[in-house]
Amino acid sequence: MKIFVGIKQVPDTETKIKLLPNAAGVDLTGVKFVVNPYDEFAIEEAVKIKEKNPGTQVFAITLGPKQRVSEVLRTALAMGCDEGVVVNSNSELDNLGVAKALAAAIKTEGGCDLLLLGKLAIDDNGSSVGPMIAELLGAPHISVVSKLELTGTTAKVERDIEGGAKEIFEVPLPCVLTANKGLNMPRYASLPGIMKAKKKVLKEYEAETLAAGVCKSKATAFTLPDDKTAVKMIAGDAGAQAQELARMLRDEAKVL
Amino acid sequence: MSKLIVFCEHQNQNLKRSSIELLQFGKSKNFEVVGVVLGAEGQKAAEQATANGASEVLFFNDVKLNGYNPELYLAALEAGIKQSGARHVLAPASSAGKDVFPRLAARLDSSIASDCVALTVEGDTLIAKKPLYAGKAFAQVNLKDSPVQIVLMRANQLPVATAGSANPGAVKIVALPAVDLKAILKEVVKGASEKLDLTEANVIVSGGRGLKEAGNFKMLEDMANVLGATVGASRAVVDSGWVSHSMQVGQTGKTVAPTLYIAVGISGAIQHLAGMTGSKVIVAINNDPNAPIFQKATYGIVGDLFEIVPKLTEEFKKLLHK
Ligand SMILES: Cc1cc2nc3c(=O)[nH]c(=O)nc-3n(C[C@H](O)[C@H](O)[C@H](O)COP(=O)(O)OP(=O)(O)OC[C@H]3O[C@@H](n4cnc5c(N)ncnc54)[C@H](O)[C@@H]3O)c2cc1C
Repeated sequence: MKIFVGIKQVPDTETKIKLLPNAAGVDLTGVKFVVNPYDEFAIEEAVKIKEKNPGTQVFAITLGPKQRVSEVLRTALAMGCDEGVVVNSNSELDNLGVAKALAAAIKTEGGCDLLLLGKLAIDDNGSSVGPMIAELLGAPHISVVSKLELTGTTAKVERDIEGGAKEIFEVPLPCVLTANKGLNMPRYASLPGIMKAKKKVLKEYEAETLAAGVCKSKATAFTLPDDKTAVKMIAGDAGAQAQELARMLRDEAKVL
Repeated sequence: MSKLIVFCEHQNQNLKRSSIELLQFGKSKNFEVVGVVLGAEGQKAAEQATANGASEVLFFNDVKLNGYNPELYLAALEAGIKQSGARHVLAPASSAGKDVFPRLAARLDSSIASDCVALTVEGDTLIAKKPLYAGKAFAQVNLKDSPVQIVLMRANQLPVATAGSANPGAVKIVALPAVDLKAILKEVVKGASEKLDLTEANVIVSGGRGLKEAGNFKMLEDMANVLGATVGASRAVVDSGWVSHSMQVGQTGKTVAPTLYIAVGISGAIQHLAGMTGSKVIVAINNDPNAPIFQKATYGIVGDLFEIVPKLTEEFKKLLHK
């Protein structure tokens, strides 16, 4: 079996975000980058499937400025993926652009039986690229998966929806699945894994050649959140605090 | 007037608030609003859509659409767009919305702005405001160049006015196109709670490690029942197994944007804040005056939650005459 794992490099949650002059975008200098947390579940699941099914090959794929984003492929390789594919792109692509470039790279690599991604990327909360690639590859997809059982060429998956409910689907391979928390516990990379991953030669593509001029939307006018007005602390004993808070929520904030 | 399609989600036969927001928005911007309602249980919701701004509703009255299936929903929505000729589409950023619309966008060679918190219209272009980096920045997504402009909006971001009167005559029954199904929905396992999902809730009462043990969440449920709120939680208590992961708010849980978020015994770690700073009013109850949650709160109480929460619930009861 051949599995692809789509991985995005995102700023660490703890990093402070600054804007470029003229609000033309976000200033990424000095930002610490990590593997998108949901993609770690996708990597782990692929490696687990490989361990159970000898002969399985796992390709990790990412898109972005190649020097920087290759880091996430090293992590994926160190966790047990076999090959790394980087689609170099130095311009901001929208979700359709990213999906087209990744789908084209996967097709050029001969396609796959299973494509795993995270349910969303924590930088733009997009949750769009997985289902878009599925459409472009002509494969069915199920998103927000917290359980996966493979039997032959059928996947039985649990998808998390509103209110803690779950939808249980059966879907034939090849298919695209996006991973939710709960699917597994991502492993830490082993030291030998890290050493091996460092030496691995990555396959390279250019987004420009795979999918040129395909973006249909543009992000502009970047802003930072308004400064929150200072918190109003409510003093007194517990009874007085409770009474005053309830009153303020009704009369001042008007939310009751 | 341009046509605008609104995906009308319904639950227990009623149109969801998230869709009502979008219908009314479309109408207020002078679009000719076309509602799309899926599933044989949608008759009432279809009529409600006409009372909230839809001049026409395409009602796919088919039992096959009663449960969610990405391929069937895709087929119905694509048919709805083709039939109406609409170039603008609004849908809630719900489980189904976030699953089917990106795929529909790719099919229509279009882009999508998802998880948006505000929306404006310039000429014929939808411009959606979208949080980045868990609300640490925002961008305006301009969909001018997209053949079909699709925006997924978070719930509770747009105002809702009283509904007008329904026009059942504007509901058209449409047949579901034939689909060669690959994914099959086998079963839907209900969640523990019948309450509104956190992502749709207008009021959330959320608890953290300060509650000390699982049983004490009962206090929050009591308060939530008075407020008609949904109970949420920090990761610390989810990881301790006190409550299920579906209740987790934050970077690796749900992103919520209620009108009122009450954080009880939650320190306010950055990963928790990532999920809730979009809330309109935030109340923090914590016995540590230096807890970071106070920096994001609108109102703060320093004190012992075990004393304050029951008293506050009583005050809410009084004010709401319950
Ligand atoms: C990659 C990653 C992802 C994460 N994702 C999430 C996420 O999605 N959501 C999330 O919530 N966290 C997440 N976390 C964890 C986060 O960093 C914090 O550990 C967690 O939010 C802490 O939960 P807490 O506030 O309940 O607990 P604590 O930090 O232990 O805070 C408990 C609070 O209760 C107060 N308290 C104690 N007793 C009382 C009392 N009697 N009365 C009043 N107050 C009292 C204390 O003063 C304290 O402020 C993530 C962490 C990482 C590394």
